Amino acid sequence: MKIPYYPGCTLKTTAKPFEDTTKAVSEAVGIELIEMPRWNCCGTVYSLASDDLMHQLAPIRNLIRVQDMGYDRVTTLCSMCYNTLEQANQLVKSDPEKLEKMNSFMDQEEDYTGGVTVVHYLTVLKEMGFDSLPVKNPLKGLTVVPYYGCLLLRPEEISIDNPERPTVMAELLTSLGATVVDYPYKLECCGSYHTVNHKEVVCEKTYHILSSARKRGAEAVVLSCPLCEFNLDFRQKDLEQELAPMPILYFSQLLAISLGLFDALEFDQHYVDPKPLLKEKGLLR
Amino acid sequence: MIPKISKETTLLEKAEELSGEKIFSCHKCGKCSAGCPVGTLMDVRPHQVIELVQANDWNVLESKTIWLCASCFQCATRCPKDVDLTRVMEALRLLVLRENVDHIRISEISKEDLKELPPVALVSNFRKYTG
Repeated sequence: MKIPYYPGCTLKTTAKPFEDTTKAVSEAVGIELIEMPRWNCCGTVYSLASDDLMHQLAPIRNLIRVQDMGYDRVTTLCSMCYNTLEQANQLVKSDPEKLEKMNSFMDQEEDYTGGVTVVHYLTVLKEMGFDSLPVKNPLKGLTVVPYYGCLLLRPEEISIDNPERPTVMAELLTSLGATVVDYPYKLECCGSYHTVNHKEVVCEKTYHILSSARKRGAEAVVLSCPLCEFNLDFRQKDLEQELAPMPILYFSQLLAISLGLFDALEFDQHYVDPKPLLKEKGLLR
Repeated sequence: MIPKISKETTLLEKAEELSGEKIFSCHKCGKCSAGCPVGTLMDVRPHQVIELVQANDWNVLESKTIWLCASCFQCATRCPKDVDLTRVMEALRLLVLRENVDHIRISEISKEDLKELPPVALVSNFRKYTG
């Protein structure tokens, strides 16, 4: 299956391991990711004000590029990109007047026709069927929790799963052989961009989320958002409370391990090194 | 901070216009405050923000709450009356930001933080905290 891929800023920088492992996994399972030859920032947060069309231009421009490529779907990895692109998409699809205004403003591009759908990579995998994944190195003995955070699930209109009771990541991880436990904080916001100038907010959230996961027996937290990853991982060094280090992993890293794609793995960009745990479980080559 | 626009319109009218929400639909069940992930850190609880807007009290713009809200959409998902408080919070922030009053001094971010923070953190912060 061929599908255009929108990377976004962070997948090319601090979340490079997320992209690298996803590319390797895609190749192994027969998903041909076609990286968009031209893309710009999605805006990172969806503009909520009814009079603000200016900030909808960036996401819609990206969808025009997908349209130019001749495709009607585009996939992303970052939860924030997914959310911003698809919310803007749904706005213009439901409001032809706003779409017309934006199309006439963007005079160097073709008009956007509203024919593109943004699909998160987890959904692409789910459509293929998690059972069809060629697992060679099952994650036996590894107990994990999924962390969805906000933007894969809310608002409801763009949710990749049931917004209050999501199961997609648990299903994926179970099919990779991991033991998945439940805990009450899987939907809770990590504090997001407060990490820049209100670290204490993110520390409070990080502590609650991780200590709850630990109490339920989790040895690692698995997620899909580069900002959640940074917050739950790097803010562990700023915690006032005692908390044993908790490795934070992208779902694609565990996918790569379970499919035996060891060359794609790189853990240098994590604060809490996941390697000791993965080695202890005999999961690394 | 009471914005200049207060001379031309009421807070309720402006907040409804910017958010597109019907603020008097709220029947004060408190579900938004109960589920808010940063509710315990707020000086004005989410459902009280709605009350202050209903009462046309411009002082709500002085609250820490409107900046603590990180647009996680939890309240919006759970509201039984379909009032999207996430949009109301954004409207209140914009009333301040559109007076050219930013909520972050970018020059005060340390070099260490700038080196470590992912681009997505910086861009989203500046999008929410600067006009």
